[in-house]
Amino acid sequence: MWIYEKKLEYPVRVDSCNPTLAQMILEQFGGPDGELSAGIRYLTQRWHMPTNQAKGILTDIGTEELAHWEIIGTIVWKLVKDVPIEKIKGTPFEAHYVNHGKSPFPHNAGGYAWTATFIQSKQDPIADLHEDMAAEQKARATYEHLLNVSDDPGVNDALRFLREREVVHYQRFGEVLMGVQDYMSSKHYF
Amino acid sequence: MKEKEMSREDLLRKIQELEFAVIDLNLYLDTHPENQRALMDYNMFTSELIRLKRMYEMKYGPLTNFGYAPSQYPWRWIEDPWPWEIEY
Repeated sequence: MWIYEKKLEYPVRVDSCNPTLAQMILEQFGGPDGELSAGIRYLTQRWHMPTNQAKGILTDIGTEELAHWEIIGTIVWKLVKDVPIEKIKGTPFEAHYVNHGKSPFPHNAGGYAWTATFIQSKQDPIADLHEDMAAEQKARATYEHLLNVSDDPGVNDALRFLREREVVHYQRFGEVLMGVQDYMSSKHYF
Repeated sequence: MKEKEMSREDLLRKIQELEFAVIDLNLYLDTHPENQRALMDYNMFTSELIRLKRMYEMKYGPLTNFGYAPSQYPWRWIEDPWPWEIEY
């Protein structure tokens, strides 16, 4: 069961109309290392986890990722909602616009649609937790690239918050991995 | 500033601050379940968060549905602004 809370995890201020930046930020809405991939990846890997810490952290980080997905969608929407069509023509957002209008849609910055092939679940806690740690680092790198191309102070504030969360999640997954390794080495498999 | 005089935005921001603290403590406690200081902080921030949410919900309607908070008449859950519509 999930409960929706009618608030953002972090307040989103956007200081400009910028369809090009919106298109780039869609990378984290529907790209391989984006927030949707993260949420679905972690929530999908829960069933076979051997320790309570692993079940807990995948549930809780997976849930937080969905809140981050909402933050990203809100940034994208606020960047384009008041942009006149003339200002969309000729920008990288134009191809998005002819299909989806101004609605955020889960594809990456290049327009490639979200697919479950972005994620993995192996029923192997060691393999899965390594994937999760790599995913957090790849998401951190993506946020750093986005910060390099964005000059909107409000957007940058939210991107920095999201970048920091990747670092914390990586840390927590590392701790869970150590616990799982201890658990597995203390048992005999025949 | 007195809490009763706080604007909607100030109250919401205070709730977001406190909830961020409990989210981060929650993840920390998942992997450090025996850390008593973190647990004390979690419980302290949680009761403060519950108190502020009840205050916000009395004024501006439910933050959560599905039985987590009662609603005044008429059904206030669907009132705007929705989270993505708020200008900070």
